[in-house]
Amino acid sequence: MNVPKDLKYADSHEWMRAEEDGTVTIGITDHAQEALGDLVFIELPAIGRTLAAGEACAVVESVKAASDVYAPLAGEVVAANTAVTTAPESLNADAYTAWLFRIKPADPNALASMLDAAAYEKLIA
Amino acid sequence: MSLNRTPLNAAHRAAGARMVDFGGWDMPVAYGSQIDEHNAVRRDAGMFDVSHMRALDLAGAGARDFLRVALANNVDKLKDAGKALYSCMLREDGGVLDDLIVYFLREDFFRIVVNASTTDKDVAWLRALLASHAPTLTLTPRDDLAMIAVQGPGARAKFWQAVPGSEAATAGLKPFQGTQAGDLFVARTGYTGEDGFEILTPAARAQSLWDALAAVGVKPCGLGARDTLRLEAGMNLYGQDMDESVTPLVSGLAWTVDLASARDFVGKAALVAHPPQSQLVGLVLLEGGGVLRAHQAVQTPHGGGETTSGTFSPTLGKSIALARVPAAVAPGDMVEVSVRGKPLAAKVVKPPFVRNGKILVQ
Repeated sequence: MNVPKDLKYADSHEWMRAEEDGTVTIGITDHAQEALGDLVFIELPAIGRTLAAGEACAVVESVKAASDVYAPLAGEVVAANTAVTTAPESLNADAYTAWLFRIKPADPNALASMLDAAAYEKLIA
Repeated sequence: MSLNRTPLNAAHRAAGARMVDFGGWDMPVAYGSQIDEHNAVRRDAGMFDVSHMRALDLAGAGARDFLRVALANNVDKLKDAGKALYSCMLREDGGVLDDLIVYFLREDFFRIVVNASTTDKDVAWLRALLASHAPTLTLTPRDDLAMIAVQGPGARAKFWQAVPGSEAATAGLKPFQGTQAGDLFVARTGYTGEDGFEILTPAARAQSLWDALAAVGVKPCGLGARDTLRLEAGMNLYGQDMDESVTPLVSGLAWTVDLASARDFVGKAALVAHPPQSQLVGLVLLEGGGVLRAHQAVQTPHGGGETTSGTFSPTLGKSIALARVPAAVAPGDMVEVSVRGKPLAAKVVKPPFVRNGKILVQ
């Protein structure tokens, strides 16, 4: 299972990457896409929406099932990857390239308390 | 309770299949991409382990007379040896106990293939019915057989390639006909809307047959693809699109119920007494916005209904569903389906959605 070392993770199977401008890019993990199977529909949060930590804010639907994606940390949505909504299968191909949305976190240090790659690997083992 | 395993369980696990509990059986849902598996069947050939389904052999003089009472469809339609018939088996109140395929092999020998989760119930029901109607007949569940479905436009040719010598005995099979070919029982039936065979094999041969089919390019497919294929083909899944609480007349299966002849069968009186108030129709989601699933509320111009099965159709590139709606709803009507709280527009169509690789709905 692919769990890149340079990312942070949530136990609800989102990955997070700190960007240089202080925003955080969020997607779902390789483990999550594998469990869901072929993705056919993705709905993303509107830009400008303010999210609480743990709030359901996006939906990924595979042939089999629908699953919510949660905001792993609180903040404002500043970008959404519309390329992935027109090609949901790209998320199956590479879960870490096919990001979902980007947040300006309410707490600039929130990322520090998230799981690192080793802890997430242990979670899904 | 531990899950039942088919003779191919180890092969599925070795192939890296994702396994699920399907009605008490440990079955592969997909080996890789479910959509790739679906497309393999529509375009060439795929195979499914359906060994959880059970063949029941009914033997003895008067077997046909018994089935004339036990089944809603009319076994008198079975005139040539090997011919098969799809039928429901009903309770007295018309509720569907199971749907099945019955093969006429000899006047004193019929083979019935029933669903996995209903096998025990079916055997108990049939034996009780035998006790009161035909005590000299025997019903034998063939636990010694495994079953592999090979489906797709290239399925029959690949089967002949994989099993040398099988073509002579099976090339002449018409749709819905089966025959014994050596130790294999081969039938031109399926659950995908494509040509192909369903093969009953001695359990000990299942693995070598599976491997031989794989070696000639038949793609192993899981229950996930089986579900999207059967739904595109407009075929009901027992326990989901129908069960004991509904009749075949509200389940899109009026064509399988013989109410025309004088023959009496279990459930007939109830069907005649209660004309259907609802029906099973197809839905095609128009704009995306989600995926149709089972148990979503449907608003129609004639009242409310509910989806019974729904998925994303790889062949249409749209979401499709079966839905039970008021009897007045007609193909072409527009309805609203509640998908995760949002009302999405869908069009009513007459199933099937896809047959033999071709899209049949607009």
